[in-house]
Amino acid sequence: MVTSITSFGRSGLYDWMMQRVTAVVLMAYTLFMIGYLLFSSDLSYASWSSLFQNTAMRIFTLLAILSLVAHAWIGLWSVSTDYIKKTSIRFAFQSVCGLLAFIYVVWGIQILWGV
Amino acid sequence: MLVSVYRYNPETDDAPYMQDIHIDIPGGKDIMVLDLLQLLKEKDPSMTFRRSCREGVCGSDGMNMNGKNGLACITALSQVVEKDKLVLRPLPGLPVIRDLVVDMTQFYKQYEKVKPFLINDTPPPAIERLQTPEDRAELDGLYECILCACCSTACPSFWWNPDKFIGPSGLLQAYRFLADTRDTARDERLSELDDPFSVFRCHGIMNCVNVCPKGLNPTKAIGKIRNMLLQRAT
Ligand code: SF4
Ligand code: SF4
Ligand code: FES
Repeated sequence: MVTSITSFGRSGLYDWMMQRVTAVVLMAYTLFMIGYLLFSSDLSYASWSSLFQNTAMRIFTLLAILSLVAHAWIGLWSVSTDYIKKTSIRFAFQSVCGLLAFIYVVWGIQILWGV
Repeated sequence: MLVSVYRYNPETDDAPYMQDIHIDIPGGKDIMVLDLLQLLKEKDPSMTFRRSCREGVCGSDGMNMNGKNGLACITALSQVVEKDKLVLRPLPGLPVIRDLVVDMTQFYKQYEKVKPFLINDTPPPAIERLQTPEDRAELDGLYECILCACCSTACPSFWWNPDKFIGPSGLLQAYRFLADTRDTARDERLSELDDPFSVFRCHGIMNCVNVCPKGLNPTKAIGKIRNMLLQRAT
């Protein structure tokens, strides 16, 4: 069996499943957002901020952020193992992606609970 | 017509080049690409290609004809020639030994990995291991593969990771044994495949299905392996 220590779940099946599950979450979040923007009667700062005061909305958003990060990691990992042949450059690229993902999660949480 | 052939002889050429040859087909007949190559070889005996059965059975003359992989012996000029021109190249992605002949080692290594033989550790019956006609039918569309490598060398995932991704041909064979009711090593076989590369590098582009000269469907077989892995894990 081919081994690989940098992939998301280290199992092809797990990564594949995660990619699909996170895609569904992102789809649901996107549809919700589009629906909200199209159909909410009053689009103001007050209504927008009260939407994000709601704990359920915060949980949903955090779930979407985590899904986005996992989805992006699995996707970019695939791209990097396809196209970047030199191990050192590939590892550097993956490290930058990992660091960015981490920063976005922390930043996202800060924004979410800051409103 | 104009034939443009990939030429490379590592002993005399620094780099591969395309050789343009004008040729008239005797009697203007619709011959096979392999017959055309034979005509070219009569003019220039150094022209190198593989062939054996010349009827689509042995799988030795896989090559890239006007951009599409196929077997030269069963591809008629009328099927591939465009604007009186034919470009012949070796199968993409594998090292070229000479002209249209590629080194298939990487391809066979992947084939070897899937243990393409029946494994059964129960004591053999007196005569043979029987299958019902229904169980036997499961192997249709799988056993016909002639290992010509047209599919794997048309697959981008195989181009990028020929050492880790088994490729459509090997995976079709992997499924041929996973689907065989006489095989008892299903679990071990699946364990060997459950990494991020062997099976899961397939992104369902279906280039393999598009080129298989035997009309087989590796993408479908890969989907079935994936479902088996999923069922085993959940
Ligand atoms: S469907 Fe899969 S195996 Fe077939 S060409 Fe595409 S990536 Fe390769
Ligand atoms: S699946 Fe088709 S294209 Fe691929 S090796 Fe077998 S016969 Fe050739
Ligand atoms: S020569 Fe045997 S398949 Fe073409």
